Amino acid sequence: MGKAIISVKSLVKVYKMGDVEVHALRGVNVDIMKDDFVAIMGKSGSGKSTFMNIIGCLDVPTRGQYLLDDVDVSSLTKDQLANLRNHKIGFVFQSFNLLSRTSALENVELPLMYNKKIASREMRERSLNALEAVGLADRAHHFPNQLSGGEQQRVAIARSLVNDPVVILADEPTGNLDTRTSIEVMGIFQKLNHKGITIVIVTHESDIAAFTKRNITFRDGRIIKAIEVDKPRNAMDELANMPVMVEEDEV
Amino acid sequence: MKVKNLLIAALRSLAKNKMRTFLTMLGIIIGVASVIAMLAIGQGSKQSIQAQISTLGTNVLMIWPQASSAGGVRQEAGSSQKMTLEDVTAIADRCPSVAYVTPQVRSSGQLVNGNMNWRTSVYGVYPNYFEIRNLNLSNGNLFTMNDDRSATKVCVVGQTVVTNLFGSDADPVGSFIRINKIPFKIIGVTEKKGQNAFGQDQDDMVIAPFSTVQKRMMAITYIQSMLASAKSEPQIAAASQEITDVLKAKHNLGPSEDPDFTIRTQTDIANAATATSGILTILLATIASISLLVGGIGIMNIMLVSVTERTREIGIRMSVGARGRDVLLQFLIEALLISLLGGFIGVTLGVLVSQLIANILSWPVTITIQSILMSFIFSSAIGIFFGWYPARKAAGLNPIDALRYE
Ligand SMILES: Nc1ncnc2c1ncn2[C@@H]1O[C@H](COP(=O)(O)OP(=O)(O)OP(=O)(O)O)[C@@H](O)[C@H]1O
Ligand SMILES: [Mg+2]
Repeated sequence: MGKAIISVKSLVKVYKMGDVEVHALRGVNVDIMKDDFVAIMGKSGSGKSTFMNIIGCLDVPTRGQYLLDDVDVSSLTKDQLANLRNHKIGFVFQSFNLLSRTSALENVELPLMYNKKIASREMRERSLNALEAVGLADRAHHFPNQLSGGEQQRVAIARSLVNDPVVILADEPTGNLDTRTSIEVMGIFQKLNHKGITIVIVTHESDIAAFTKRNITFRDGRIIKAIEVDKPRNAMDELANMPVMVEEDEV
Repeated sequence: MKVKNLLIAALRSLAKNKMRTFLTMLGIIIGVASVIAMLAIGQGSKQSIQAQISTLGTNVLMIWPQASSAGGVRQEAGSSQKMTLEDVTAIADRCPSVAYVTPQVRSSGQLVNGNMNWRTSVYGVYPNYFEIRNLNLSNGNLFTMNDDRSATKVCVVGQTVVTNLFGSDADPVGSFIRINKIPFKIIGVTEKKGQNAFGQDQDDMVIAPFSTVQKRMMAITYIQSMLASAKSEPQIAAASQEITDVLKAKHNLGPSEDPDFTIRTQTDIANAATATSGILTILLATIASISLLVGGIGIMNIMLVSVTERTREIGIRMSVGARGRDVLLQFLIEALLISLLGGFIGVTLGVLVSQLIANILSWPVTITIQSILMSFIFSSAIGIFFGWYPARKAAGLNPIDALRYE
C-alpha cells in the first residue's frame, strides 16, 4: 500500500459531564492508507462515533496526535479545520443530516458554496454529476421529505463526494436502510473507492463489513483487532444476481 | 464564502421558512408603523397648535384687571371696574416697546335684520385692534377714531353673522341691522378666519367702535380689558414690564405691592400650549416604544423557537466546511433583509395609518423624515440583534455539538 492518509497516535477523548468523566477513547493508534476501504466495528459505546467525529474534524481530541494527509490537525485553528472539512473530507451521517425544505441539488451544492474558487456554473455541473454518480439525477429538484431513506442517504453521499475529498467518512450509513438498499449504498462506496477515494465506514453488521477491504474492531475505546478482508464481496455482481422480491410475489 | 453565495443562502433560507420570516417581520412592521403614526400625531398637533396661536395676532399682550374677591367670592376676570381709558392713554404715551393698545369691552347682542335674527358677541375696540390681531376686511371699510369719539353706530361683522342675517353670498355693506334694538350701519366684513384653537368660530362676532359699545349698549364707564402689541417679538417682555410699571403707578401701587391686573403674553400662551402638546408627544412616544419593544420580543421569540432547527442547520453547514463567520454573516444578512423589508412595509403602513387618522378623525398629522429614520434604525437594530444573537451562540459550538443540539 501507499502512504497513510490518516495517521493517529495515542488518541484520547474524555467527555466531562460535571464530576463524571467518560473515557470514550483510551489511546487509539492506527494508520489508514490511501485507497483503503475500512470498516470500523465494535459494540455500542465502544467509541466508534467518537473516533469518526475526530478524524472528520467535527470534534477535537483531548490528547494525542492526528495527521490528515500529512497535516497535523491538532495545531489548526477553527477556520483551518473548516477549510479542511471543506476540501479533504466528506462526511455521511446515519441520520442523513440534509437541510429540510431544500432540494436534493441544493443540498449537494452546499459544500461548494463554501469554496471560494468555484463559480456557480461549475457548482451546478458538479452537483448534478455527483447526483448522477449515486443514481439520483432525476430527483435533483425533490425535497428530502419526498425521498425514501435510501435516496436521502444517497443524496448525503453525493454531498460528501461533490468536493472531491481525499477521504469519505460514513458513520453507520446503512443503519437505517434495508438489506438491498444497504448493498446499493455499499456499491456506490466501492465504486468511489475504486476511483481512489479512501473510505472509512462504521457498521454493526459483518455482512456489510464484508464489502470493505479491512475491518477494525473497537472495544472500550481501544482497537482490539484489525484484519484484512480475504475476499471482499462485490456489490455490483450481487445486485445483478439478486432476485427482485416484490415482482416475484406479484406473479 | 463569496458574498453572492451568502446572499443566495440567506434568500433561500428566508424563502423556505415563509411563516417564520413573516412573523419575524410582523414585529418590525408593527413597531415601525406605530412609531411613525404616533410621532405623526404628536408632531401634527404641536404644529397645528402653533399655527392657531399665531392667529391670535402678532406679539399680543392681554391685560385684565385682577378679579376682585369681594366678600371672599372670586368674580369673573374682567369684572373689576378699576381699569379706565386713562390707563390706555398712559400705556400708549409712556411705553416705548408697545406698538398699539386698545381698550376692549364685550357685550352680547341680539341682531335683527328684517325677519332674521342671530345672537352673538359685540366687541367694542379701537380701530388699531385690526392691526394687533392681524384682521383684514374682505369688504367695505373700517371705522375710525372719529367714529369712536362721536360713538357712531357703525359696525364691522364676521362672515358667520352675514350668513345668518343676509344669506351666504350677500354683501351687507351699507345695510342697517338692529343690535339690541339699536340701529347699526354695517360698513365692513372681516375676512373668513375659521375656528380657533379652542373650537370657537372666529367669524361669529360684531366689532364696533369702543365708545359706541361702552356707552350706547352697555352704559358703563370702565373698560373690561386691554389688548396691546409689542413692536417686535423680542420686545414682548419689555412691553409687559413697561405696562406693569405704568399701570402700578397709575393705580398708586408701590413696586413691591401685587398688581391689580394680569398680563398674559402670546409667548406665555404658546409656551403653555407647547408644554401640553409636548406631554402628548411623550405619551405617544412611550406607547410607540412599548409596541416596538413588544415587536422585538416577538422577534426574539420566533428566533428562540427556531433555534434548535437553526442550530442543527448551522451544524450541517459547518460539517461541510462553513466557518463561524460564514454562518454569522448569513444570519446577519437574513436579519438585515427581514429588517429592511419589514421596515419598509412598516413605514408604508405607518404613513397610511397616519393619513387614515388625519382623514377619519380630522386630526392634523405631520410625518417627519427623522421619525421615519429613527424607527427604521431602531427596529433594524432590534431585528438584527435578535436574529444574530442566537446564531452567534451556535456558531461558537463544535460542529458535532451543533449537530447534536436539542
Ligand atoms: N457528547 C458526549 N458527552 C458525553 N459522553 C459521550 C458523548 N458522546 C459519546 N459519549 C460517550 O462516549 C462513549 C462512546 O460513545 P460513541 O458514540 O463513540 O459510541 P459508539 O461506538 O458510536 O456507539 P454506537 O454503536 O451505539 O453508536 C459512550 O460511553 C458514550 O456514552
Ligand atoms: Mg455511534
